[in-house]
Amino acid sequence: MAKLLVDNKEIEAKEGISLLQACLDNGIYIPNLCHIHGTDNPSASCRLCFVEIEGEDKPIPSCTVKAKDGIIVKTDTPSVRRLQCTAFKLLMSVHRVDCGHCPANKKCELQRIAKFLKVGLKPKYLELHLKETEVDESNPFLDYYPNRCVLCGKCIAVCKDKHGRAFLTFAKRGLDAVVSSYGEKDVSNLPCGKCLACIGICPVGAITSKDSPHQTA
Amino acid sequence: MNQENSLEAEEKVILDDIASRLKVFGRERGELIPILQMIQERHAYIVEDAIKMTAEHLGIAICETYGVATFYNQFRFHPPGKNQIKVCLGTACHVRGGDIILENFERKLEIRDGETTPDREFSIERVVCVGCCALAPVAIVNETVQGHMAPSKVEGLILGFKIEKEKAEREKQKSEPAQ
Repeated sequence: MAKLLVDNKEIEAKEGISLLQACLDNGIYIPNLCHIHGTDNPSASCRLCFVEIEGEDKPIPSCTVKAKDGIIVKTDTPSVRRLQCTAFKLLMSVHRVDCGHCPANKKCELQRIAKFLKVGLKPKYLELHLKETEVDESNPFLDYYPNRCVLCGKCIAVCKDKHGRAFLTFAKRGLDAVVSSYGEKDVSNLPCGKCLACIGICPVGAITSKDSPHQTA
Repeated sequence: MNQENSLEAEEKVILDDIASRLKVFGRERGELIPILQMIQERHAYIVEDAIKMTAEHLGIAICETYGVATFYNQFRFHPPGKNQIKVCLGTACHVRGGDIILENFERKLEIRDGETTPDREFSIERVVCVGCCALAPVAIVNETVQGHMAPSKVEGLILGFKIEKEKAEREKQKSEPAQ
């Protein structure tokens, strides 16, 4: 067991787990979107889980460091909050805020983070860049909403983990980047009907089931 | 209908060629981009079914192949048009409103950049700096540099091609009964 000090509170964590996981396990919330419990290979792509660690000169994404004995961590310094707010606003600048019609309403991670950081869901000073396609219905089991997706990649990771190969992938890039199940039209070959793990892990309701469109995590 | 049939036949020729070429390549993941480059080099664009063929050859998922192919700007998914329009969006052209010129072409031809009109007459591409920034905003239409582009010039260029095409067709019709 490692003993570490987070926000002046002493917590215990199993040696080797990520600092983010250790904090979450001990009831200390750090905003995060792309973190997958138990992974050894964090993508660190959402840029939200920053913390300051004593001895380091810059904030670090807490999913990329291990919980080590004796480290002193602050999760709520001004520079941490600034990074988190900026990352969050950028995410929201490509997000269709339409919570009333979204199945993830009230359990959406974005709503939780907005409340936690005390920022609005609509970014004030950033232009809104929405994708033209509102919903991609090409998969026989799943519907995908590009303007809800935060491109955390958890659906792709969980799919690969469950089935040995991913039936989803990132496609295109930059502002056009989407998650796609291109070419996967062979219903007999697709495990989606019985799986739907991607819907369960999606933090924002960007993937829905064709059979039960209101089901989310 | 006729046009559709000829398109299908054309795709079949392309796919047969790719199938014969694939034999040269190994089956390691690392061959994915070289294969895509080969397809693009030989046929100027990547046919939809070629993605499936490549995936099957390498034993990887179709969607993964698609993901890689769409990530790189060098790969096209539409056949080039007879008249190729390249709109520069380099720094100087961007500052002088190159995106407006691109949008004008897109609206006028009713296609997006990277696409080809259904009659294969026009295709639009965005490029980054063609080396004549003093003429910004620049478009390259069939190897001819068009400097100081303006919306009215876009209209004029396209109209010019359409008139030329009509003229060619009229002359063809005129000469046919004579044969």
